[in-house]
Amino acid sequence: MNQFQCQAEIVRMEHLTSDIVRMTLQAPDIAACAIPGQFIMVKAGEGCDPLLRRPFSIHQVIGNGRVQILFKVLGKGTRLLAGMRAGMALNLVGPLGRGFSLESREGFCLVGGGMGIAPLYFLARELQRLSRPPQLVVLLGARTAAELAQLAEDFRELGVRELHLATDDGSLGHHGYVAELIPRQLGRGGDDWQLCACGPHPMLQAVAKEAKSLSCPCQVSLETMMACGISACLGCAIPRAGLSGAYLHVCKDGPVFDAKEVAWL
Amino acid sequence: MNRPDLRISIGSTVFSNPVLTASGTFGYAREFEPYLNLHRLGGVVVKGISLSPRKGNPPPRIVETACGMLNAIGLENVGLERFISEKMPYLREIGTKVIVNILGDSLDDYRLLAARLSEVEGVHAIEVNISCPNVKKGGVAFGTDAAMAEAVTRAVCEESGVPVIVKLSPNVTDITLIARAVENGGAQAVSLINTLLGMAIDSRSRRPKLANIVGGLSGPAIKPVALRMVWQVARAVQIPVIGIGGISNATDAIEFFLAGASAVQIGTANFVNPGVCDEVVRGIEEYLVEHRLQGIQGLIGALIVDC
Repeated sequence: MNQFQCQAEIVRMEHLTSDIVRMTLQAPDIAACAIPGQFIMVKAGEGCDPLLRRPFSIHQVIGNGRVQILFKVLGKGTRLLAGMRAGMALNLVGPLGRGFSLESREGFCLVGGGMGIAPLYFLARELQRLSRPPQLVVLLGARTAAELAQLAEDFRELGVRELHLATDDGSLGHHGYVAELIPRQLGRGGDDWQLCACGPHPMLQAVAKEAKSLSCPCQVSLETMMACGISACLGCAIPRAGLSGAYLHVCKDGPVFDAKEVAWL
Repeated sequence: MNRPDLRISIGSTVFSNPVLTASGTFGYAREFEPYLNLHRLGGVVVKGISLSPRKGNPPPRIVETACGMLNAIGLENVGLERFISEKMPYLREIGTKVIVNILGDSLDDYRLLAARLSEVEGVHAIEVNISCPNVKKGGVAFGTDAAMAEAVTRAVCEESGVPVIVKLSPNVTDITLIARAVENGGAQAVSLINTLLGMAIDSRSRRPKLANIVGGLSGPAIKPVALRMVWQVARAVQIPVIGIGGISNATDAIEFFLAGASAVQIGTANFVNPGVCDEVVRGIEEYLVEHRLQGIQGLIGALIVDC
C-alpha cells in the first residue's frame, strides 16, 4: 500500500480570502503517488483538542514533492491550520482513498461547489496531461465572487477554455446553483462524457440527478465525519443505493463514488 | 544492563510486551501495515465479531468532543465465518498474538463463537464484549448485571480452549462487583474500560449529533475515569487487569501499570497517530531502562501512596 505518515514542512500559505486558505506542504512520498480525488489526513495542533485529524482533498501536486490543500475556516481545526506559517510542520497521513477514474472519454465535465473545487484542479491538470487529452468543461460555483475569483483564475491559467461560473448571490457568472449549468453544457448528448463532481451534498444530489436524466456517467467525491481515514473506525458510513441497510465507507470505498452507488436521501 | 523484560502472561498465553490494540480501533490489523511494525505489538485485539455479519448504525456515527470522540458504529463487522476465512490468514502471518473480541445477543451466541474461534489456528485469546449487547429476554445488558456477567463468562470459559478476557463497561455503579463476578465465572483477565455512554447536541439544529442519539465516549477525556477504575479493580481481583482508556503515549501507559494494570490497550489514539503502538512499546522500554527496572513486572501496581 502506498500510504505514508510524515512530518511535512509548510512551504507556503496563501490567504485567498479572509477565511479561505491554500496551504502548500513538502511531502515527497505523498506527492509521488497521489492521484486526483484522493485525500490526506492532517493533524491540526499538537494537543488533544482538537483530537482527530481532518480530511482534505489533495488540491494539487507540484513537481518538486509538494502537495496543496484548500480549506475554509469553519471550526477549531481549520482555524488552527489557518494560523500556521511557512516553515512550521504538520503531521500528514496519506494519500488515502479511491480517486477519480480517468478512463478514456470524449469529454469530461467537472462540477465543483465551494471547497469542493479543491480536488477538481488536480483532476483537470491530470486530464490535460493524458496522451490524448479529452475535451474539458469546468463548472464552478460558490457563494460569492470573492470566494470564486482566484480559483477560477487558476483554471484559466491551466488553459481551461470552457469555464463557466455560478454564484449564489449573482456577483459572478450565473445567478444560481452550479448544477443548473450542466444541461446547457451537456445537452448536446452526454453519454460519451463523464461528469466529475465535488461539493456540498445538496449540490452533488442535483448533479447526480442531472447525470441520470442525461444518461451521463457521473463520479462524485463525498465528504463525511471521519476519525481515522484508513477504514479502522468505520465512522464514515453512508447509505448504499439499492440494498437497504447496507453502507459504504467514504474513506476506503470512496471518497469518489459512481453516483449510482450512493443512496441519495 | 540487559534489555528489560516486557513479557506478560494471560492464562497460558505469553505476550512479548504489554501493548495491545483496543477492539474496534485497529480494524483487522492490515489497515495499519503501512504505519508500524505489526510484529512489534504485544497483541492485536480485532474488531468485535458476531455470529452473523452486522451492518452497523446509520450515520452520523461519530462526532468529536473536547479531547475525545463519541461513536455509535453499531458493531459493524464481517461476521464469524468471513472473519475466519478472510481475515485470519493475514493475522496468522503478522507475528503477533491475536485476540478475537466477540459479541452476541444470547448466551448461546457467545458459546458458539467461543467454541468455533478457540479451535482456529492463530487465535491466542478471546475477549468477551459484554458492554454493548442486550439479552434476548428482559433487555438487561450483560455487562451491567453481576449475575449475567458471571453467566456469560462461565459459558464462554466452558467452550474456549484459549484464555478468556472479559471487557468491562464503566457504565455501572460499582465496577468491582462486576469484575469479581467475572473472575468467579472463570475469566483469566479483565480489560477495562469500554466507552462511557455520552451524548452531543447541535444547538443550532436542536438535534442530537449522532443518529443513534447516544454513543460511547473515548479518547484522552476518559483517562482519569479509566485510571480510577483500573486501580479499584486491580485491588479487587487476583487475575490480570488490562487497562484501557485514553492512552496516547508511553507515559499514559505507565500510569496504568502503576495503577495495577498488567497490560494496556490503545484505542482512539490509533486513529490520530496510526504508528502510536510502536512508539508506546519503545517508550515503555526506555522508561524501564531509565528507572533501572529489569522488567515490566516491577512497575505493575507500584503506585506509591503517601499517607
